[in-house]
Amino acid sequence: MIYLNTLFSEIYKIIFLLLPVLVSVALIVWLDRRVWAFVQKRKGPNVVGPFGLLQTLADALKYLFKEIIIPASANKVIFILAPIVTMTLALIAWAVIPFSQDMVLANINVGILYLFAVSSLSVYGIIMGGWASNSKYPFLGAIRSAAQMVSYEVSIGVIIVNVLLCVGSLNLNKIVLAQENVWFIFPLFPMFVIFFISALAETNRPPFDLPEAESELVAGYQTEYSGMMYAMFWLGEYANILLLCALGSILFLGGWLNPIDIYPFSLLPGVFWMIFKILILFVLFSLVKAIVPRYRFDQLMRLGWKIFLPISLIWVVITASFLFFLDMLPAGG
Amino acid sequence: MLAHSLFFYFFSTITVFSAIMVTISRNTVYSVFFLILVFVSISILFIMIGAEFLGMIMLIVYVGAVAVLFLFVVMMLNITEQVGKKTSRKGIINNVSIGFVVGLIIFLELLVAIGGWKYKGDFISISSVNLTTDLTNTHALGNVLYTEYIHLFQISGMILLIAMIGAITLTFRKKENVKRQSYFEQIKRDKESAISLVDVESGKGVNLDD
Repeated sequence: MIYLNTLFSEIYKIIFLLLPVLVSVALIVWLDRRVWAFVQKRKGPNVVGPFGLLQTLADALKYLFKEIIIPASANKVIFILAPIVTMTLALIAWAVIPFSQDMVLANINVGILYLFAVSSLSVYGIIMGGWASNSKYPFLGAIRSAAQMVSYEVSIGVIIVNVLLCVGSLNLNKIVLAQENVWFIFPLFPMFVIFFISALAETNRPPFDLPEAESELVAGYQTEYSGMMYAMFWLGEYANILLLCALGSILFLGGWLNPIDIYPFSLLPGVFWMIFKILILFVLFSLVKAIVPRYRFDQLMRLGWKIFLPISLIWVVITASFLFFLDMLPAGG
Repeated sequence: MLAHSLFFYFFSTITVFSAIMVTISRNTVYSVFFLILVFVSISILFIMIGAEFLGMIMLIVYVGAVAVLFLFVVMMLNITEQVGKKTSRKGIINNVSIGFVVGLIIFLELLVAIGGWKYKGDFISISSVNLTTDLTNTHALGNVLYTEYIHLFQISGMILLIAMIGAITLTFRKKENVKRQSYFEQIKRDKESAISLVDVESGKGVNLDD
């Protein structure tokens, strides 16, 4: 009986986390297209529903009713598994994201490591899809994507180490609480810039969208996918982008903390601030998509390994020595 | 406690099953995927015994990086050729004998390790570290790793560095006749040196030194 109770309450919590995430993914796709359109002086999707808000829903419905075509030479099991893996990994990471002090599904000790692990696993969906399609363009796209994600993960890891040095804990809630006096974006501003650019590369967003560069690779690893399976790749990608925005706001923008703890700001709950910060980061993501042209692949690798990695490593040394010699090292916990 | 042991048996069954599948599946790519499944379920087992830091590091290092590179190499192989090919009888005998020797050595090692279990020294008495339960996993590990075992830690780092340098020097080849982009030269160019105005006589071409 006790087991059943906990089971049901957990399922209830999970559903109430996943539904808002999925709905916001749908809305964020719309926002992305709108921002993109406004930069280019177009209108963007504005027909379906008020302001075109239901456009993504209409798109998803269209995908749902389309036939799923599996190529004859594809490896069927892995071909079908790939979008499922992408979608699942994009969703399970939300379990540890704190939306306010106690609005978190699992407040675990190693929350940041969990997020890092899940985001490093998301490369599998792409590799599996690319290989199982058994076709040239998807495979080239998958190889590019794997190389890109593995390289940029390294610098994201080092940036996380920077933040952790200032916090002294791997718990996401403690990382947020450590920023009560000053958000880490101020002392660690160069790291924030590098994190932002690496997050673009990690999620295969323009200007680093080489895995699906349409002028060279048709659509990269998604070329052979159709119908709902394509939609799952697509939604998983956006859920991942949203996740990295959330990670960025937790690491650098103070998570659910309000900007200044005075009357009109402290009135609003933490959830509002968290969502607000995620949205600001996301709008930055889509502005970059509209403004910056695509990189070449060797430039991308050079940027990751020869520029970002050394800078962030040096910054670790600087942060550590600064904290050590000024005797500001946080108490571990 | 019941749920705990149920989960334990569930994940350990998956681990053992997929470990067997790694060796017996015909398709090499499947083998690597089963290997990944082994890594994931072992990291879950780590988390279940309360070593959450080790579990997560296992996921990040092995699944997130090592297995991706494995997969890379294996995907370059021509799988269809391998699946269709029947292994010859001689090949099986050869493989079995090597496998038997390796298996025997591992079995003996396990025998020594498990047999010597009750003679092992008490960890807490030989190290100066005090193990208290109110420390988090990560903190406790760091306390030991960076004080007691700092030299071993540094040496293992050095070994990895040497392996990395070795791999780079073995595979690095300086290619001739390859056009490389020199960023600084590109940026340094100015209008005077890059553009020149040439009067072209009609009917004759221009000769420019590139």
